Amino acid sequence: MNTAHYLKKWGILLGAVVLLFCIEEFAFWAINGFWQNLIILAGINMVAALGLNLINGYCGQFSLGHAGFMAIGGYTTAFFTMRFAWPDWMMHMPTDRYPIMFPLSLILGGLVAAVAGLIVGIPSLRLKGDYLAIVTLAFGEIVRVFLLNFDYMGAARGLTDIPKISSFFWVYGCVLLATVVVLNLINSSPGRAIISVREDELAAEVMGVWTTYYKVASFLMGAFLAGVAGGLMGHWLQILTPEKFNFVLSIEIVVIVVVGGMGSTSGVLLAAILLTALPELLRFTSGMAAVPGLSLLGQPSMRMILYSLMMILLMIYRPKGLCGNREIWDILKNRASGTPSEPRKKQAMP
Amino acid sequence: MRRLAICLLLTLCCLALGCTRPPDGDTTGGGATGGTTTGGTTGGTTGGQTSKGDPNAKDEYAEKAVDGDNLKIGVYLSITGASATFGEGSRAGMEIAVDEVNKKGGVLGKKLKLIVEDDEGKPDKAAAAGQKLITQDNVLVVLGEVISSNSLAVAPICQKNEVPMISPSSTNVKVTQVGDMIFRVCFLDDFQGQVMARYAADNLKAKTAALMIEKSSDYSVGLADSFQKTFEAKGGKIVATESFTNADTDFSSVLTKIKGSNPDVIFLPSYYNSVGLIAKQAREQGITVPFLGGDGWESPKLIELGGKALDGCAFSTHFNVNETEGKVADFVKAYKAKTGNLPDGLSALGYDDVLLMADAINRAGKLNRFAIRDAIASTKDFQGVTGTITINAQRNPDKPATIMQIKDGKLEFVTQMAPE
Amino acid sequence: MEVVLQVLLNGLILGSVYALIALGYTMVYGVLRLINFAHGDVLMLGAFAGYFVGNAVAEVMPFPLLVTLIASMAICAAIGVLIERLAYKPVRSAPSLTSLITAMGVSLFLEYTTALVLGPTPRGFPQDKLLPDSTLIHAAGFPDVHSRDLVVMATALVLLGVLYYIVAHTRMGKAMRAVSFDKDASRLMGINVDRVISFTFAVGAALAAGGGVLYALKYGRVEPYMGIYPGLKAFIAAVLGGIGSIPGAMLGGLLIGFTEAGASYFFSTYRDAVVFSVLVLVLLVRPAGILGRGMVEKV
Repeated sequence: MNTAHYLKKWGILLGAVVLLFCIEEFAFWAINGFWQNLIILAGINMVAALGLNLINGYCGQFSLGHAGFMAIGGYTTAFFTMRFAWPDWMMHMPTDRYPIMFPLSLILGGLVAAVAGLIVGIPSLRLKGDYLAIVTLAFGEIVRVFLLNFDYMGAARGLTDIPKISSFFWVYGCVLLATVVVLNLINSSPGRAIISVREDELAAEVMGVWTTYYKVASFLMGAFLAGVAGGLMGHWLQILTPEKFNFVLSIEIVVIVVVGGMGSTSGVLLAAILLTALPELLRFTSGMAAVPGLSLLGQPSMRMILYSLMMILLMIYRPKGLCGNREIWDILKNRASGTPSEPRKKQAMP
Repeated sequence: MRRLAICLLLTLCCLALGCTRPPDGDTTGGGATGGTTTGGTTGGTTGGQTSKGDPNAKDEYAEKAVDGDNLKIGVYLSITGASATFGEGSRAGMEIAVDEVNKKGGVLGKKLKLIVEDDEGKPDKAAAAGQKLITQDNVLVVLGEVISSNSLAVAPICQKNEVPMISPSSTNVKVTQVGDMIFRVCFLDDFQGQVMARYAADNLKAKTAALMIEKSSDYSVGLADSFQKTFEAKGGKIVATESFTNADTDFSSVLTKIKGSNPDVIFLPSYYNSVGLIAKQAREQGITVPFLGGDGWESPKLIELGGKALDGCAFSTHFNVNETEGKVADFVKAYKAKTGNLPDGLSALGYDDVLLMADAINRAGKLNRFAIRDAIASTKDFQGVTGTITINAQRNPDKPATIMQIKDGKLEFVTQMAPE
Repeated sequence: MEVVLQVLLNGLILGSVYALIALGYTMVYGVLRLINFAHGDVLMLGAFAGYFVGNAVAEVMPFPLLVTLIASMAICAAIGVLIERLAYKPVRSAPSLTSLITAMGVSLFLEYTTALVLGPTPRGFPQDKLLPDSTLIHAAGFPDVHSRDLVVMATALVLLGVLYYIVAHTRMGKAMRAVSFDKDASRLMGINVDRVISFTFAVGAALAAGGGVLYALKYGRVEPYMGIYPGLKAFIAAVLGGIGSIPGAMLGGLLIGFTEAGASYFFSTYRDAVVFSVLVLVLLVRPAGILGRGMVEKV
């Protein structure tokens, strides 16, 4: 690896950030609010799902507690942006729209969530499969119950008046960073150790992989990303309520990961877009109400029925998710060259 | 190490790029799109924002709300999910009101057309629904949500796009504090808790009370807080505070605890779907003291679910469902004709929500959101089924509460209480 | 003392209903290694079936409760088989999470469809028509015991007994155990695996329906979303007892019932947190549940 190579990689990354910034400045706010909202929510789901994909897809640990990590991250970030006495320049520097304290708060939120991930990761040493799932689910519910009783953070009323700082730049900046970090991790030697835990824990251990360490590490990183996603969500919706973080949210994230293909980063990103947009786009079935004979389709509740049916059909026809455990570019490459598919390639970003 | 470097570099990039950017104010007064951030980055505003639109100018957005012969009104409610029963009640009330308005010739010569969006009871879905109503459907006014947290997610969107929003039944004080475009037609949490505490202390001569709070609902918590304050100010004593969640069906152990504290009354600010079950289980354990509650109790289902167990219990609500003539009686009749049931409190609020809006649009006399906002704000002595409504400076209604008592499986009017 | 007895009684009644629902989870899991998330919604369908049948047969037929129970169980058994054939069978060979997501899809589908067709408003279950309640024991220093609670518990117990008999003493039960042990080997032994799985779903759904009718009978309310939380609690009970183990499900159900009753009494605000903490603690000590057997990994 020479210097030129590094410069190229960093150049691409820097270019991507500049691109995000330009999109935000010159395009994002000009589009219609419905699409803005959809794009942001999809981005937030991407960050959360990338985190779960590390735990669930790459490391093979079944976690149903992602909502708990998101809640911890969301509330912590909101605490830091709202209640913490930042020095004045941090609130307004470099501009009011991009205050330096926001990424710092997001990182802090992610870190606190990661500590929680550490606490939950430890039981994963002893528990497997569905037992681990239920313990993580229990963790998520415990977090929710505590938040319901936490008057300082609004309890059942929720935390309101959160400033609206999340925007295209922040959300997709996080998506970009998370993707780069995850892809690099997975293609590094610790990443292969993580995958080996999923493939065969016993064999991995025999080969000298410290499985305990990698399991906890994947929980930690997954929780960090979930926390960041929670922080982004709070600063977009401007309200956080404990009820939003019930186990249904955890399940929604699991669905994204499974539909995308466990252990496929690009697949998960695609599924996050698809599953965020689908229920919203199904809102337009309400136009059917005017069509004779189809008036039932126009009922607002019809939308969720269609959504659940699509979920079932997708699983029946693509049981390994959209991408299986390969990346989109691998699939495309194989299709283009006509060679039979080969397991994942290693090369990625810096 | 390398990852850390990436983070640092990115932060620096943000800094460098951000510096070059000219400061950008809120783009207000424009169309439905555009606008950047709402509020500063510091948060914590309570006074709310003001919109700067001109009530006399031409309002292109509002004119696009006309769809042929119809005037589009947006509604977002929980049509699916665990709180769907509240959304359905409100929706039925709204639809009856729309039929009524349209039968009388509509507003400004147009017929009202409701566009109903489902928010599944979740704030993020509510935001999406609100966005869709405003930016895709271009509705003139947004009506919605029972659940305050969902209203709080949509209110900033309405405020930013300068579309008036009237919440039928969000009781959290913060909802209308978002800005001058946001109104409501229901009581605040404070008022009902106060009324029931006065009723308990003065009419029932209760010395001790137990609170049973639905911890997951801010409505319930809010009512309980204000009940406690007023009841204690009147020399009463709260002997037990217990909580449950909306998903519960078994309340026996909580009731065992309350029974041990031996209160004169039990204040149970919750919704009808839990109240019936709680009362039944209380009677099974031999608790005989009356339960008191708020407008969440108002529903024909209350008696169906609670039966004889509710005898002697009382709650504050908006109207006397037994009235035989006048507006309330007409509404009850229309509701029964449409759904086959008696209305609940939420349908009555949904009904008034639409009528108050129609009245305001007619008074505004033109398709201009700011004129409509001013008309809503100046609503005075509007005769709704939930009482005579005057919108005050905080954009909340001033209206009295009716107290109803259950006797032999029927509701009986007790008294009416005005704000103190 | 009275309070302690009352709390224990509350826990016992609640626990026996949970145990019944947990059994359905455990059976399906034992045979298919599938967490059937739609189980709670089958319970809801059972309760609705009970609501309609109950209103129809009450005051017309003798033993209305028995008729309601049997009719509702039969209807749901058919629904259970249908769900298995249409949704689960195509994903049987897929990774376990795929079938889990399918189960969630089925669960949402059942909830939303019921809400659309029957409306989301809760309805009062015809409790008194099916089984008038009376206080059996009413003594000082002792909690009131109600006849309806006893019937609920007794019915749950009978259903548990019937299930145990089926699994332990019939040919079908033997086949079920064989399939749960090794699907391929049992196919080689001439067992019709598809039929066994269908049968398991039928029995599981019937148990859920029975649980639903008893749940509605005890609490008097049916609505489209009523299955979510009992389903979740029963799932926890099944895991706590050791998923796949029938006595484990019963034990887990009772344990969750008692914990919930106790926690509601002592710390109602943190009740669910207490229940879940107990679960976590138990699983930390017994990672495969109380009666579950840790699997020996074959290399």
